[in-house]
Amino acid sequence: MEKSLEPIVKDLQDKFGVTFEEFRGEVQCIVKPEQIVEALTCLRDDHQFELLSSQTAVDYYPQTSPRFHIIYQMTSLTRNLSVQLRVPVSGDQPKVPTAANVYKTAVWRERELLDMFGIEFEGHPDPRRILMPEGSEGHPLRRDYPLGYEEPQFSFNYEEIDLRKPYAKE
Amino acid sequence: MSQIEEVTIDQYKHLVSERALTGETMLLNMGPQHPSTHGVLRLLLELDGEVVVNCIPDIGFLHTGIEKNMEAKTYQKAEVMTDRLDYMNTMGNNLAYVMAVEKLVDLDVPPRAQALRVILVELQRIASHLVWLGTSGLDLAAMSMFLYCFREREQILDIFELVSGQRMMTTYIRPGGVWRDVPVEFETAVRDFIKIFPKRVAEYEKLLTKNPLFIDRMVNIGYLSKETALSYGVTGPMLRASGVNWDLRKVRPYMGYEQYDFNVPVLTEGDTYARYLVRIEELRESLKIVEQALNKLPMGPVRSDNRKFVPPPRSEIGVSMEALIHHFKLWTEGFLAPDASIYSAIESPRGELGVLLAGDGGPKPRRVHMRTPSFDNLSVLPELVKGHLVADLVAILSSTDIVLGDIDR
Repeated sequence: MEKSLEPIVKDLQDKFGVTFEEFRGEVQCIVKPEQIVEALTCLRDDHQFELLSSQTAVDYYPQTSPRFHIIYQMTSLTRNLSVQLRVPVSGDQPKVPTAANVYKTAVWRERELLDMFGIEFEGHPDPRRILMPEGSEGHPLRRDYPLGYEEPQFSFNYEEIDLRKPYAKE
Repeated sequence: MSQIEEVTIDQYKHLVSERALTGETMLLNMGPQHPSTHGVLRLLLELDGEVVVNCIPDIGFLHTGIEKNMEAKTYQKAEVMTDRLDYMNTMGNNLAYVMAVEKLVDLDVPPRAQALRVILVELQRIASHLVWLGTSGLDLAAMSMFLYCFREREQILDIFELVSGQRMMTTYIRPGGVWRDVPVEFETAVRDFIKIFPKRVAEYEKLLTKNPLFIDRMVNIGYLSKETALSYGVTGPMLRASGVNWDLRKVRPYMGYEQYDFNVPVLTEGDTYARYLVRIEELRESLKIVEQALNKLPMGPVRSDNRKFVPPPRSEIGVSMEALIHHFKLWTEGFLAPDASIYSAIESPRGELGVLLAGDGGPKPRRVHMRTPSFDNLSVLPELVKGHLVADLVAILSSTDIVLGDIDR
């Protein structure tokens, strides 16, 4: 870990009890969902992390708890540092408080996460789908969402496949 | 979805002003087929006469599920999808993705390949800025700009065709290096371009920079403050035109950018004209990098010799059993990457192009997220256009230099 990043991670550990991992020189801090807004505010106001570079999620299906990791990639322009916050959420009805009041970037990024992963953000100002059409079903970037291929049915396994075959809905 | 749902104003209640509900202001659709929206972008405008009160961008018309598709392909094959993201910056997309893969599996790149990558990515930056310059000239009725800019861009695309066989969807930069060494004609082609281009930039500037009509349309239009820009995650030339000196090539050098001498143009005005000036200056700076990289271009291999990740050269396959096995394994199974995730970013012509790559221990990624700069740069548009005329909206939109393939993925 970079020397200048150590006090910041230490501060996060003291305030929010985060655990961290390091991989290829990147620091990834695990934060509890209910503390994420405070952690982001702390990074922005006390440690000059002005930019929420990226906000996305990773689906660890078939693992269910936690199934998703929501990722906040933070950048400090003043100090040229990066840190990643990860919020683990469970698979059934994932819900996280919104970061839209801390970083405006989050408004669209969270709409994307709602659309693509079905993760709800409590208190989001504009919770609509962003890429898929309104009224479409399912969340495409979930690992259990079919890619669009069709399993070939043969006479010996026709019924078996028919049961789990995702038909286009009327 | 089989039926078209009727759109009511209730859906947009929280986004428009109260005057829209009483019918005092008008809601107007701009796009997705409008020629000034630079692709399939729909803007729902709330207008008071000719003044924009609110602007609600609607995206997703070009959503192709690239991130989802990449999860079903091996690391090498998924690269082909990245070309289709930001089709004005194919080399840059390749580089961003390939750098992420190299970081995930810890793969080194030989110096010649690094220098070649820099040359091609900077040429791509020039080509991308030329498309922006041409089309934004076109939006402001400077038709000739479009023709001039595309003339020079054509020369760059010819260079790409020379090295990769493709003008746009190049997939030339590969994990561990580049596809193959450049042909002998490459150097002359790039030198020709370096010789001719400064004159051409001067020509563009003569047509636009001091042109009173152009200045009238650009100065004090679409002001973006530093704080708003950062909060919305705006990066690239847009951020630098708002007074923030942040260029990943300078602050976090990759591919040996630290060896090249170039400036990062920064202006503080934050208006459409400042964004124009920053990009024009970047054309010159990129050319400086291309020239230096070409002068220093080292000899040597263009691909890593780590056979676990990089296929062996054709000549070895016929004589070496190991080479044949490696070739077979790499193209049937692919290589394995650890169960971990990394984030790596480059400076694309539009801003920070980041890739979040999560492996699952197998040959296919668990998740590829492309943090595309256009997405965040567009999200700030409603803030920029409020209170301006519809005609100014066109100028502001073209100054954000969005590419819809980059936004919708």
